[in-house]
Amino acid sequence: MDGVFSAVGSLTGWLGHVLDPLCGPVGVFSFLPADSIVACGDTGWGDEIALGLKMTLSLALATLPLGIVIGFFIALALQSSEPSLRRAAGIYTTIFRGLPELLTLFIVYYGAQILIQGFLSWVGYEERVEINAFVAGMVALSVVFSSYCSEVLLSAFKAIPRGQYEAGDALGLSRGRTMGLIIVPQLVRIALPGLVNLWMNLLKDTALVSVIGLAELLRQTGVAAKVSKQAFFFYLLACGLYLVLALLSSFVLGFVERWAKRAEIAR
Amino acid sequence: MSIAETLIPARPAPKLDRPPLNRSAVLGYGAQAIWLLLGLALLYMIVTGWDPEKFAKYGPRYLDGIRVTATLVLVSVVCGAILSLPIAFARMSRNPVLNGIAYGYVYIFRGTPLLAQLYLLYYGVGSFRVELESVGLWWFFREAWYCGFLSLTLNTAAYQAEILRGAIESVPRGQREGAKSLGIPDSVAFRKIILPQALIVALRPYGNEIILMIKGSAVVSVVTVLDIMGQTRYAFSRTFDYQTYLWAAIFYLLIVETLRHVWAYLERRLTRHLRR
Repeated sequence: MDGVFSAVGSLTGWLGHVLDPLCGPVGVFSFLPADSIVACGDTGWGDEIALGLKMTLSLALATLPLGIVIGFFIALALQSSEPSLRRAAGIYTTIFRGLPELLTLFIVYYGAQILIQGFLSWVGYEERVEINAFVAGMVALSVVFSSYCSEVLLSAFKAIPRGQYEAGDALGLSRGRTMGLIIVPQLVRIALPGLVNLWMNLLKDTALVSVIGLAELLRQTGVAAKVSKQAFFFYLLACGLYLVLALLSSFVLGFVERWAKRAEIAR
Repeated sequence: MSIAETLIPARPAPKLDRPPLNRSAVLGYGAQAIWLLLGLALLYMIVTGWDPEKFAKYGPRYLDGIRVTATLVLVSVVCGAILSLPIAFARMSRNPVLNGIAYGYVYIFRGTPLLAQLYLLYYGVGSFRVELESVGLWWFFREAWYCGFLSLTLNTAAYQAEILRGAIESVPRGQREGAKSLGIPDSVAFRKIILPQALIVALRPYGNEIILMIKGSAVVSVVTVLDIMGQTRYAFSRTFDYQTYLWAAIFYLLIVETLRHVWAYLERRLTRHLRR
């Protein structure tokens, strides 16, 4: 069994290396001469920046599903017939849409640290704990993402006529199946442009996590800028890479939007 | 055949179909209880952790931070609005070069993180000290406040240009044609007919943009500007007291919520002629 796992591990590692857009065999930086400042290897910063890019992407991709799921339930709560549920969800969106993302990040990062520290010392374990910056960033970003996502989904829910729910009832479908078979497929189509915007914001917001020390794109280029004393070049490179990420995602998401619209009736 | 001699006596109201405590009510009251508990915990933390010495030391600093955030946001929103005018018009022009430049500007500033733009200006441009001194701009790029101001201005100009363009293009063409048929010159038509209608459309996005700027301005604390966030980080690094962040959260929420309500009132007031 161990052999299988290590084979899968090495396969994914190899795939990651081959498909690496910066330092892979067909990567941009690999074509540069070995003494260039962004070369891949010990002499240049190319491999560090490639690692940072991977970290940025994995943070955004890990945040997205969590944020969408939380946002979906918050949107359900916001349009529920129960006033107390609506109020509780309203407090959530008000707080996390009102706080700066940076502050939310710090509150989650230090707050979780203090909570865990307190719990551990209560149990009788006295040692300094450090929260993983990736997890803290993921939680903070998905909280922010979900509160914006709930607004997008709420307006999409409002665009779906009541007759759709009634049709589900008339067919004898349960609540969950009505949701899954009738409402959500339409919801995706209506909410997709808003969600694409939120994804772009999420990509940009991952840069904030560099402040609590996660080795993502901006952090890595910052380290390179400080050591090599070529701040302008490296920060320009960081901006360029973020721009490429935005361009690529708008390209890919354009296909997704066309795919989602394929069933749309021309009215 | 029968004839009713008497009226049917009044009957009790039918029983409520829904039990007063269903699942979503339990969930809702539970969630509200959690918020209440969190609020009480916040209050408890503030009351028990109240330290007059810290208050005397950091209270004025927080007020100073609020002042810095307010001036920074106000100045950059106004300068961004001025800068957004040529960009919006270039974006609407038929000249492909002008249009392309404006589109590129908007795309670049909306597609990259504000933090990266700020680093590029403060550390990146700031690293050309000799060149900047020779053109006499070093005083500007030496100060973190100016760099924060410049990056916020450039960033918000891109967003505001899009808001303005969308609003102007949302005015129906008939309005322009009507003005033309009345013999009103283009400049007057723009100022008195197009712009007033466009600004009403733009009112809500402008409010959102100001709120986004208040939140976005927190990143300037990373390059040592002492705004609310900067003072908070300073206080936290001295005291390791978690309350510092909670106070910052309270201040930001108060500012943003006040602005949101004021803006909603303003919008209701300014669009009262459109309501039916």
